[in-house]
Amino acid sequence: MSVQDRTDTAATSRPERPARRRRKLGRFVLPTYSWLVIAYLVFPIALMIIYSFNRVVGGLQQVSFSWNGFTTQWYRQWSNVPGLTSSFWLSIRLALVSTLIATVLGTLLAIALVRYRSNKFRGKVAVEQVLFLNIAAPEIVMGASLLGLFVTFNVARGFLTLVLAHVMFSIAYVTVTVRARLSGFDRSLEEAAYDLGANPLTTFRLVTLPLIMPGVLAGALMAFALSIDDFVTSNFVSGTAPPFPVWVYGATRVGIPPQVFVFGTFIFMVGIAFAVMSIVLSRKKS
Amino acid sequence: MGGSLDTTDESRSTAGATTRSDHPVVVCLEDVTKIFEDAPAVDDLNLEIYDGEFFSLLGPSGCGKTTTLRMIGGFEEPTSGRILLGGREVTYLAPYHRDVNTVFQSYALFPHLNVFDNVAFGLRRKKLTKVEVARRVGSILEIVDLPHYEKRKASQLSGGQQQRVALARALVNEPTLLLLDEPMSALDAKLRRQMQIELKRIQSQVGITFLYVTHDQEEAMTMSDRLAVMRSGKIEGIGSPRDVYDSPSTEFVATFLGASNLLAGTLEAASGALSSVTLTDGTSLSVPHERVPALAGSTTLKVGVRPEKISIGVAGTSVPAGHNALRGRVRVSTFTGVGNQYLVDSVSGTELTVYAQNIGQELAPRSGDEVVLTWPIEHTFAVVPMTGSNDEESTNDEE
Repeated sequence: MSVQDRTDTAATSRPERPARRRRKLGRFVLPTYSWLVIAYLVFPIALMIIYSFNRVVGGLQQVSFSWNGFTTQWYRQWSNVPGLTSSFWLSIRLALVSTLIATVLGTLLAIALVRYRSNKFRGKVAVEQVLFLNIAAPEIVMGASLLGLFVTFNVARGFLTLVLAHVMFSIAYVTVTVRARLSGFDRSLEEAAYDLGANPLTTFRLVTLPLIMPGVLAGALMAFALSIDDFVTSNFVSGTAPPFPVWVYGATRVGIPPQVFVFGTFIFMVGIAFAVMSIVLSRKKS
Repeated sequence: MGGSLDTTDESRSTAGATTRSDHPVVVCLEDVTKIFEDAPAVDDLNLEIYDGEFFSLLGPSGCGKTTTLRMIGGFEEPTSGRILLGGREVTYLAPYHRDVNTVFQSYALFPHLNVFDNVAFGLRRKKLTKVEVARRVGSILEIVDLPHYEKRKASQLSGGQQQRVALARALVNEPTLLLLDEPMSALDAKLRRQMQIELKRIQSQVGITFLYVTHDQEEAMTMSDRLAVMRSGKIEGIGSPRDVYDSPSTEFVATFLGASNLLAGTLEAASGALSSVTLTDGTSLSVPHERVPALAGSTTLKVGVRPEKISIGVAGTSVPAGHNALRGRVRVSTFTGVGNQYLVDSVSGTELTVYAQNIGQELAPRSGDEVVLTWPIEHTFAVVPMTGSNDEESTNDEE
């Protein structure tokens, strides 16, 4: 008995020390790793923000990465580059319109996919596969094929073709996001609304939509973000007026005006604002 | 087991004698069948529920009780048959066009709305004025004993409070019929007992017809004016809790609703008001003629008696007139406080359960003692031996 006891205690005490050391190590490794990741992700953006305040020397107004002194000149003259400003507004309009369309269609599609089994919804499996393909397919393929399509059918490239293309690549993301929210949805809530005299439309407006709204908003945000920074597809389907990323890419060949960094900083700040807002809102709820 | 005894006594005093067939029919199901995939969930059901009564559909899970409720609520369409509500056919009418409200098993309170908006939901669909909505919501929250809870979110309420809100949300619309789908199943035992009494009080206060679905026989007997026991999509017994308890029509009802001692035997010729049944060992028992079911050719049946109806006496005790008697030997004797529970091996080979109340004059036979069990003939019933899914399965095995 006593021998047994001794071996037992020895067995339990022996691995204790390495375990403690491991814990100490863990306390150190994880924060270091996290900060490295953050630095890796934030460094280029920080650089952009810093250089948006950089003075430019010499005749041509273009960014250089040697520090010439602090200035807010580019913020004061943010709209001085005509092509840049109009491309930025085009991108905003494009993102708003395509997000709206993609969110409505994607949400409805998500509801249909969750609600109906394949015996009632013929082609459900095909739709699911196409959605997956839509996310997985390389953008270059979609861009090139869209260009081919528009040229074949003689569709003039411009705002319309941009909207069509952007809706096409964001709809799948909206559907996936809304669908995730719907999968935990308690159908008896809708039955309760019917039971209390609400017709299907009222039920959707007063019960279903408010409850899946977080998913719809998340999907819309994703669609907006995808649209505003899309380059590959937009490069293929834009006409004479290019959206912001396409314009910036074109500008690199002749020199980037410092205002590009101003717009970049602005877009980043709006993104940060949304992120903070969503954190505050979710904190408030819980 | 003592608990179920108590409730039968209660139901006898509160709801035993009510006959409501003079009241107008609120719900009428005519030959209603519902087939899912290929199996019938509800099988040619006929049912009438009268105005103002508390009616329970009782049965094990999968017996079709919830499907029946959902068809009345409009959430399922019958495969065949008709459903009438207040004399008007509603078989294929959408739920939002029916004057019926439901308390869901999960309560289904709208999580994004507060208590007031939840309860007001139905009233607002009827386009009532703001003042009227506020007045009615206020008064129904008073009735369910949740005043000043208007601003709370559903997630901030306890299970019992959520149930009251669900009840208020349905009742505030003053429906012709209120459907309740196992609303107590999420509550703990103590709260459940409390809510049973509350629910009964609320029902008598608002005077609305309740159709209550449950698998809990004690709950059904405590609250119902009438109940129906369902099995495999069919009603096996219907009536007041007392009638169904005292004169079960099938073996299933006899064992599902309370406990029963059932003894296999064969039916002999009737003499006057009594029929005589011979058990396997030759003992003869009398059964009131009206309690013998139609046997359809066969003479085998089971004689039943409830455990609390039996008196236990030492062997040799004389049998009073108008009583059935059966000899046996006590196997287990248990003191439960309110009484004694005996397991007795009878001479016919069947084990019988006997409850004797602790009324101070305890004979208390011990295990091994030879005893005589006696009970009044009017408390004897007979049922057709059960042929159910189990039997079908065993015949399949033989094939």
